Amino acid sequence: MNSIQKNRLLDNAFKYWGIFCTIIGLVLLVVFIGDILIDGLSRIDWSFITNLPSRKAEKSGIYTALMGSIWILLLTSLIAIPIGVAAGIYLEEYSKKNKFSGLLEINISNLAGVPSIIYGLLGLEVFVRIMNLGASVLAGSLTLSLLILPIIIVATREAIKAVPKSISDASYALGASKWQTIWNQILPASSGGILTGVILALSRAVGETAPLIVVGALAYVPFAPSTPMDEFSVLPIQIFNWISRPQHGFIENAAAAIIILLLITFIMNGIAVYFRNKWQNKWK
Amino acid sequence: METTLEQTLSMDKIIDNSLKKMHTIEVNDVKVWYDDFMAIKGIDMVIKPNTVTAFIGPSGCGKSTFLRLFNRMNDYVDGFKMEGEIRVNGKNIYKKKVKVEELRKEIGMVFQKPNPFPKSIFENVAYGLKIQGITDKKLINERVEKALKQADLWDDVKDNLKKSALALSGGQQQRLCIARTLAVEPSIILMDEPTSALDPISTSKIEDLIFSLKEKYTIIIVTHNMQQASRISDYTAFFYLGELIEFDKTKTIFTNPKVKQTENYITGRFG
Repeated sequence: MNSIQKNRLLDNAFKYWGIFCTIIGLVLLVVFIGDILIDGLSRIDWSFITNLPSRKAEKSGIYTALMGSIWILLLTSLIAIPIGVAAGIYLEEYSKKNKFSGLLEINISNLAGVPSIIYGLLGLEVFVRIMNLGASVLAGSLTLSLLILPIIIVATREAIKAVPKSISDASYALGASKWQTIWNQILPASSGGILTGVILALSRAVGETAPLIVVGALAYVPFAPSTPMDEFSVLPIQIFNWISRPQHGFIENAAAAIIILLLITFIMNGIAVYFRNKWQNKWK
Repeated sequence: METTLEQTLSMDKIIDNSLKKMHTIEVNDVKVWYDDFMAIKGIDMVIKPNTVTAFIGPSGCGKSTFLRLFNRMNDYVDGFKMEGEIRVNGKNIYKKKVKVEELRKEIGMVFQKPNPFPKSIFENVAYGLKIQGITDKKLINERVEKALKQADLWDDVKDNLKKSALALSGGQQQRLCIARTLAVEPSIILMDEPTSALDPISTSKIEDLIFSLKEKYTIIIVTHNMQQASRISDYTAFFYLGELIEFDKTKTIFTNPKVKQTENYITGRFG
């Protein structure tokens, strides 16, 4: 066997190995989603979404948890988006590039990889205890904001970096100030990328469980929150709670709630993909 | 089309002659560093109003860096440091008091690659006015039309001003960029190899344009094209390794250069 044949064999072997690996991932996902759908699809109806939690599986609904998740999503957006985007703009456009900014950059990327439970512990100490917010929606949102800030900052910086320098040069050369250039040229041109990052970060926040459990979100709350200071539950915690019950009815409930949660994250990711494509087309 | 343009230009000339300002540029012993690298090694130069001056020289000789000093576009480059002074109308533009934004309204710039904003044709030309806080729609419309006419683009685009500027051809985009610069009404226009990304026909249109703009503006153009320099400029400056080797009337530079290096460069023996 000469070297060309050998290379070709290796080439083919690697190709089939790649196909095999891809199929493993896909099959597992299909089995998982299929199983969930079989268990839960029949359980989903309007009353499942509007009912309060109950001791009886068939009467139980996700209303409080869903409302809790929506509250968390809105508050986290309000806190994390302005701070994250502003920090990203500062780091990319204003800060001087030196050793300190390099260190800052590495650390922000590192923060994006810190386990979420650590953020939960930070939130418990700072927001729940020191700031005395209690196990409230606000404390939970602040904690999740910390968790997704690095993701938003990194996404904002990447999006701004992708704007051609010739555009900002043209703006400056016409007498625009830095802020005018950022506001009129750089932000519109990078908004698609920023939005994509923000939505992906938020869809991560919606699925987070651990930090909220640490902060003190409850598995059972009788009412949906009506102010940021109220106690709350969220969908992942509700699912976790139902899964751990012995009765079969609650397993069905959990599967149904998982379908709803997956739906929310899929829709959010879909929106992100839509904006990314639209944004890329603009620069072609 | 030709006559209308000429008519407009001559009309503008009558109006503007009374307002004409002197805008001499004086450069005194300017040195530039990027970190430890010395890019400009002490240059003196006087550029007269209403002339076209061409900067020529091999790549990396510092001519683009030098050009970008006049509207302070190097300010944002990391590691940039400058010594010496540049006076425009007698005022040192590197004084602390000088507002860079004001300076750049007076000294416009056209770049190597056409770089229109991803907006409509109208918005591109109106941008410089809008950032100055001008909101008078009638005034903006007038200035946009005038600038597009000056840039010889009005007839091509007058029916689709709302169309995206990115849909224009490369040559049209570059003329749009020139119109965008003219709309701010500068007195000096810097051009950094404005035709190097264009085809010969678009190039000759831009050259005609530069020739006609000379009446009202002082133009400095960086070019790698010897023929272009000899066709359109009144004065030519030859740069080499961060130094100004020779600066004279274009005719003299191209027919009777005093320095051997200049002669070697323009005859294509190096660079």
